[in-house]
Amino acid sequence: MTAAVTGISRSLVSCHDCSLLVHTAPDDARHQSACPRCHAPLHARKTQSLSRTWALLIAAAVLYVPANLLPIMRVTSLGAAQSDTIMSGVIYLVVHGMWPLALVIFIASVAVPFIKMCVLGYLLISVQVRSTRRLLDRTRLYRLTELVGRWSMIDIYVVTILVALVQLGALATIEARPGAVYFGAVVVLTMFAAESFDPRLIWDASEGGNE
Amino acid sequence: MVHPGGLLACHDCDLLNREVEVPAGGALRCARCGSVLYRHKRDSLDRTLALTLAALVLFVVANLFPFLAFEMSGNLTQTTLITGIDQLWDQGWYLMSGLVFLTAIGAPALQITLLLYLLVPLKLGRTPWELARIFRFINRIQPWSMMEIFLIGILVSLVKLADMANIVPGLAVWSFGALIVVMAGAVAVLDPRVLWDRVGAFE
Repeated sequence: MTAAVTGISRSLVSCHDCSLLVHTAPDDARHQSACPRCHAPLHARKTQSLSRTWALLIAAAVLYVPANLLPIMRVTSLGAAQSDTIMSGVIYLVVHGMWPLALVIFIASVAVPFIKMCVLGYLLISVQVRSTRRLLDRTRLYRLTELVGRWSMIDIYVVTILVALVQLGALATIEARPGAVYFGAVVVLTMFAAESFDPRLIWDASEGGNE
Repeated sequence: MVHPGGLLACHDCDLLNREVEVPAGGALRCARCGSVLYRHKRDSLDRTLALTLAALVLFVVANLFPFLAFEMSGNLTQTTLITGIDQLWDQGWYLMSGLVFLTAIGAPALQITLLLYLLVPLKLGRTPWELARIFRFINRIQPWSMMEIFLIGILVSLVKLADMANIVPGLAVWSFGALIVVMAGAVAVLDPRVLWDRVGAFE
């Protein structure tokens, strides 16, 4: 099987902003060209993609713990205060018979960030061991990861809206709690992590293995 | 403008694809990984401009008019889109307030105004100043516009409060919903080449 003709093999770099194909000298640490059309910085591959993605991924994983263990909001009603974590919010919906909604929240707030982190970790490792298997599937996996990440923001918005609506003093008051901040951080970090990963690396690893 | 015989490098797998003429409504996909390289959109400038103008109106309504009213035990609370963000800020949750503001109001606002800043002059035959830098910025903040997720958040909140209180959606909520659809449409009909070709003309 002949090696595929890639941009990098022909010293052609595609501008990540305007898609202009630019012929540029092989990467030199001091040399940094800019796109002649839109002046965006030109990189054959995203700068230090693997290390940046690992750093952001690990940071997200670390913050995932307090995001789930700490309460995200507190409801105070007639003297009684009740704090809710993301999971206890899900359980509340289940107990009240709202199964479909509980499932939506569980998937969006608990499952998606976890799965997204696992997928990114898998993609990173698969590139670093120079795997040549399932290239197309891994690329599709990456695209999916990029798309679903933002859905985890649901809980942050729910807290925001509940805080806006329920401000009735002693009768009923809802406030945000620290868990929400950690959770927001996890969403932001995983978004950046997915953005810093260069899917072309998946295919580069396969190039080296071909005759 | 198409450059037949030219090459395009796939953003997902870096394969060099030969560019061919794409019929209206069609898409050029990478031969190896299927990533969309180019989508031919008809009347892009006109349609995007129309949708963005509509979005501007809807955005203003969504922010100025009553959003949700909360009624419990005779107490009525009126809120607008920014009320929750304000509350979080007042309670000291600055980062969270900032994040919600950015994703629900800030990014969409920037998208709409900057797109209009670029498209109106283009429609009038002029080239807006700093076209490249601003269009790059618009593309960068695009992923941070999460209005549709905010809408789902509203639905979840409504369900959570359904037992104990009465929630009345105001005009702003409907406007917000329409805004989401219109913005999605504007992004879908915008052909980046309409703008990038204009930058190229200035070399």
